[in-house]
Amino acid sequence: MNLREAVRIALRGLRANRLRSVLTMLGIIIGVAAVILLVAIGNGVQSSVNEKIQPLANLITIVPSVGNVPGGSPPKDLIDADVTALQDPTMSHDIAAVIPATSGKALAETDSYRFRTTVVGSTDRWLDLNNGDMAAGSFFDDAQVRSTARVVVLGPSVASYLFGNDPAAALSHTVRINRQTFHVIGVMQSVGEPGDSATIMPLNTARRYIFGGGDKVNQIIVQAAQASVVPAAENDVIRVLSERHRIKDTANRDFEVQSLRSRLDTFNQILRVLTLFTAAVAAISLFVGAIGVLNIMLVSVTERTREIGIRKAIGATRRAILEQFLIESLVLAGLGGVIGIGVGVGLSVLGSVLAPALGPTFATFAPAVTIPSVVLSFAISLVIGLVAGGYPANRAARLRPIEALRYQ
Amino acid sequence: MIQLEDVSKVYRMGKVEVPALSGVDLTIDDGELVAIMGPSGSGKTTLMNILGCLDVPTSGRYLLDGTDAGRLSDNRLAKIRSRKIGFVFQSFNLVARTSAVRNVELPLVYAGVHARRNPARHALAQVGLGDREKFMPNELSGGQQQRVAIARALINDPTLLLADEPTGNLDTASSAEILKLLGALNDAGRTVVIITHEEEVAGFAKRVVRMRDGRIESDRVQRSRTEVTA
Repeated sequence: MNLREAVRIALRGLRANRLRSVLTMLGIIIGVAAVILLVAIGNGVQSSVNEKIQPLANLITIVPSVGNVPGGSPPKDLIDADVTALQDPTMSHDIAAVIPATSGKALAETDSYRFRTTVVGSTDRWLDLNNGDMAAGSFFDDAQVRSTARVVVLGPSVASYLFGNDPAAALSHTVRINRQTFHVIGVMQSVGEPGDSATIMPLNTARRYIFGGGDKVNQIIVQAAQASVVPAAENDVIRVLSERHRIKDTANRDFEVQSLRSRLDTFNQILRVLTLFTAAVAAISLFVGAIGVLNIMLVSVTERTREIGIRKAIGATRRAILEQFLIESLVLAGLGGVIGIGVGVGLSVLGSVLAPALGPTFATFAPAVTIPSVVLSFAISLVIGLVAGGYPANRAARLRPIEALRYQ
Repeated sequence: MIQLEDVSKVYRMGKVEVPALSGVDLTIDDGELVAIMGPSGSGKTTLMNILGCLDVPTSGRYLLDGTDAGRLSDNRLAKIRSRKIGFVFQSFNLVARTSAVRNVELPLVYAGVHARRNPARHALAQVGLGDREKFMPNELSGGQQQRVAIARALINDPTLLLADEPTGNLDTASSAEILKLLGALNDAGRTVVIITHEEEVAGFAKRVVRMRDGRIESDRVQRSRTEVTA
């Protein structure tokens, strides 16, 4: 008996009980669709978060440790000389750029409004390293850094609070911070907090007018050559600073090195586990669907006992009967799988179109279908067809023709 | 040629052994038209099951065209049914929701023949149903269904056409038609065995074998056959 004939017989059998077939398939359809949709949502969250963080993933931040170790040597501050040491290209070939930053809370005032902002003093490369963009005006340049110019660049929240929603409205106005007057030369685009309520000015300007003098910095931002060498760059940073601060025991380290990269790895790991877990929960419905297929195949074999007897009488071998019912259950489960893939992919695409329209928060959850989830869930439906159809088909094949023919 | 040599069949019903056939000897030559008669419980159905390779004897030999069909596996028996036996049942036993022509094709499917449509059409035309090939069984009358069943039984050109009470579910006119058809097939050289308990049906056969209590009671050739008129 050839396969085409067998599939045709199977389809005819399924069509004869259309409602029953559809209801049986429903379990598999729901299971497959749920697995695909949930994996797609997990994947969507992961890729949108990674996409946002990727440009910052090569950044390493060094801050002084809070508190000192009892009995240890007194902690040393991070100073300009530390920055200069890290900038030395012979120290590490995994470090692309190093900039210092000082920061602190301060009140920014106009004649009519006040805003509590975070003042950051840094170099002209700050915007570039933080992957920021300007909404209006420009960032300060190297000349302004050298000349200790009294200029500031505002985060979008600061600008809109003090000068209204149009970023350009803030330009060429002045703000007062610590009773000193500064010219607003630019407004940044939103990058999320805390950057949005920050006020950026040249490092020396901040030292002279806000935080007082000295060569102390409270943050060093290191850019690794690329995200993949972040761990190596981190080690270089630790080596250089430990040497400069004469630290022999890691417990006495007076600075902390943080990178988004390692946090991102942790996040991705957690998300992968969560996605797998939700997919596994959805797969329970696939299991229920498999029992449905098994049940309906048993009914189908019993119902058609006489037909099986006729087929055997006119020459069907055990194998032919086995194939007939196996193919029927494979078609049932496979068709359910295909429809489930259609529904799952359809819902995912619908979600990926609708989610961004609902706002930036929902856009994070825009599903992205993964090919392995589609292939795997189709394979699982076929396995369900094979396993759930195997027992009934075997029972049908073993029926004795004279008894089957006598069955009413 | 069909030869039964000392064939016995015993059924086990729990712990009790029920003999259905005991020591049956029977030879049927090619081209014969034999009626096997007997009351219910006489063993004629068991005999038919063995002749049709649906069952195997407990002891004795059954030679079908020289092959001992009594010692074969399930699989080999299916192959023999496919190639050498054509069944016609009392209740027609067409596969439901399957058109007449597809029903006739089925034995070819299991015999692994690819060109099926034309032989099936030809067989349907032979039984006078050339214009009904797309009809479903439930759209056909009893007589027509039985003719489809006969076409199906003939499609593999079997050694033996086995008819089990072929007119049992039919009215007089349809019965006469079916018997006439079987007679015509026999005239064309086909070996036909009819199992029946109706005297009229037996009267039309060339040879009548009567069964009782699992044994052959009488076996005689009829000189004066009933003519069937439709």
